[in-house]
Amino acid sequence: MLQGNCEILKREQLTETIFDVTVSAPEMAAKAKAGQFAQIRAEGFFLRRPISICEIDKAAGTLRFVFEVRGGGTEALSRLAVGEKMDLIAPLGNGFTLLPQGEVIVIGGGIGVPPMLGVALSYHGRAKAILGFRSRSAVILESDFIRTGQMPVVCTDDGSYGKAGVVTNALVEQIALRRPDLIAACGPEPMLRAVIEVARKEGIPCEVSLEQRMACGVGACLVCACRTVKNGEEHLRHVCKDGPVFPAEEVLL
Amino acid sequence: MNRLAVTVAGVTFRNPVITASGACGFGREYNHFYPLSRLGGISVKGMTLRPQEGNLPPRVAETPAGMLNSVGLQNPGVDAFLQDELPWLEKQDTRIIANVAGHTVEDCEEIARRIEGSAVDMIELNISCPNVKQGGAAFGTSCMAAAEVTAAVRRYTTKPLMVKLSPNVTSITEIARAVEAAGADAVSLINTLLGMRIDLRTRRPILRNNVGGLSGPAVFPIAVRMVWQVANAVKIPVVGMGGIATWQDAVEMMMAGASAVQVGAAAFSDPMAPVKIVDGLAEYCADQGIESISEIVGSVHPWE
Repeated sequence: MLQGNCEILKREQLTETIFDVTVSAPEMAAKAKAGQFAQIRAEGFFLRRPISICEIDKAAGTLRFVFEVRGGGTEALSRLAVGEKMDLIAPLGNGFTLLPQGEVIVIGGGIGVPPMLGVALSYHGRAKAILGFRSRSAVILESDFIRTGQMPVVCTDDGSYGKAGVVTNALVEQIALRRPDLIAACGPEPMLRAVIEVARKEGIPCEVSLEQRMACGVGACLVCACRTVKNGEEHLRHVCKDGPVFPAEEVLL
Repeated sequence: MNRLAVTVAGVTFRNPVITASGACGFGREYNHFYPLSRLGGISVKGMTLRPQEGNLPPRVAETPAGMLNSVGLQNPGVDAFLQDELPWLEKQDTRIIANVAGHTVEDCEEIARRIEGSAVDMIELNISCPNVKQGGAAFGTSCMAAAEVTAAVRRYTTKPLMVKLSPNVTSITEIARAVEAAGADAVSLINTLLGMRIDLRTRRPILRNNVGGLSGPAVFPIAVRMVWQVANAVKIPVVGMGGIATWQDAVEMMMAGASAVQVGAAAFSDPMAPVKIVDGLAEYCADQGIESISEIVGSVHPWE
């Protein structure tokens, strides 16, 4: 974990509430793994905002963050302009398992889609992405996922774009077409529960990325607890240090 | 000559900046940002006799200039501390304060007994955690209970004994006097102030525990006031904490009467905050021609 003031190289607004910011952070990028996150300082707010890393470009020395404005803190982050600095602590957390061989299905739901781009890219064509959104106006990063080497399956709840319905319908279809060695997912809890259930029924290993309100982000303050099970015993572990990625069989949602 | 060195209850700290219990775990995480030897000391996560899971999440809610937490003393227990954490911490060349947070008087005695032969430099008896149902603030909000648990631990330890006080009381000076009379070598204050936030949309408290402890710059003026009152009420040294985020805050707390300070939540905004405070204090002493930082302790000139 490193702390630094990182220059913003690129900033775009993707939807009414979602922003796309790339910063120069060579040392952090060199260490970062897909699925890790950063704690970003928001001017005027006491606590940093945990934001997942969307894309790591080790050659260019950049990190990309795609985040949603949910309150004052993320709104302050969204106002930072190209050339201004972002105060980051990164990379944090454990990230997703990267299988040296075999194929994966990555699933993102809503603002859970951005971290899955980094995961899919690190598979160089061995990852099939399934992306779920509420409606057409919420769809983000579709063209970026084409760079992963496989066309993503885009689903919308209201059917206004791509396939109509939830990501798990598409997941079942994809598994039937080509059974993956791992399923990796990030998104709202109901989606994660459904994905975990499909993976369990199919007997496919699955990892999910969790979210919780945080303070320190480094494993010291213990506020970001989540319910987990290991060796038959229930324990409260911590999203920032033990996660954010957990094996599906260890999480209680 | 180290201008920043301070002595509290017979323990010499290389500088008056100690990381506060609950904010820095057992030191391993912040050791990624700076060597712990830069600190005067570390007060480790409050420990119970047996491992404790703490409260269900959410455990944190942001507030203007601060935060509420309701962790509920999640910790691996005293034996895991002694076995897994202390050997590493001993090598970091900093003073080690063991924060003891038993549920009962007997628990506190037993924890103190187990720590007795260890390398711990000082005990901080936590009678002020607002997030647990047994022990914690139940000890710290009555003079009699506070004195009883202090006297009990006193019998089981030869280590310097500091008692961490709750601000959630009518008169903190009475509690301070009670623990002084019961054998405390120092007091530390303030623990967090009990608070609450509500989500407008769900009408639920943000914290799963409904209420939690407020910390951060929001509480700083209250902490300064209480440290000043307690320093004037007892003869034992006072360690001041509550919202300290800058070296100026540390100077102010020391002028109010604190012999040393603890820094907690400030590290969540800036992991380097404790070290920046140390550096700021060194510059302040040099600029002001202060030979020993202890000169400023209690140096406030109150209005008549």
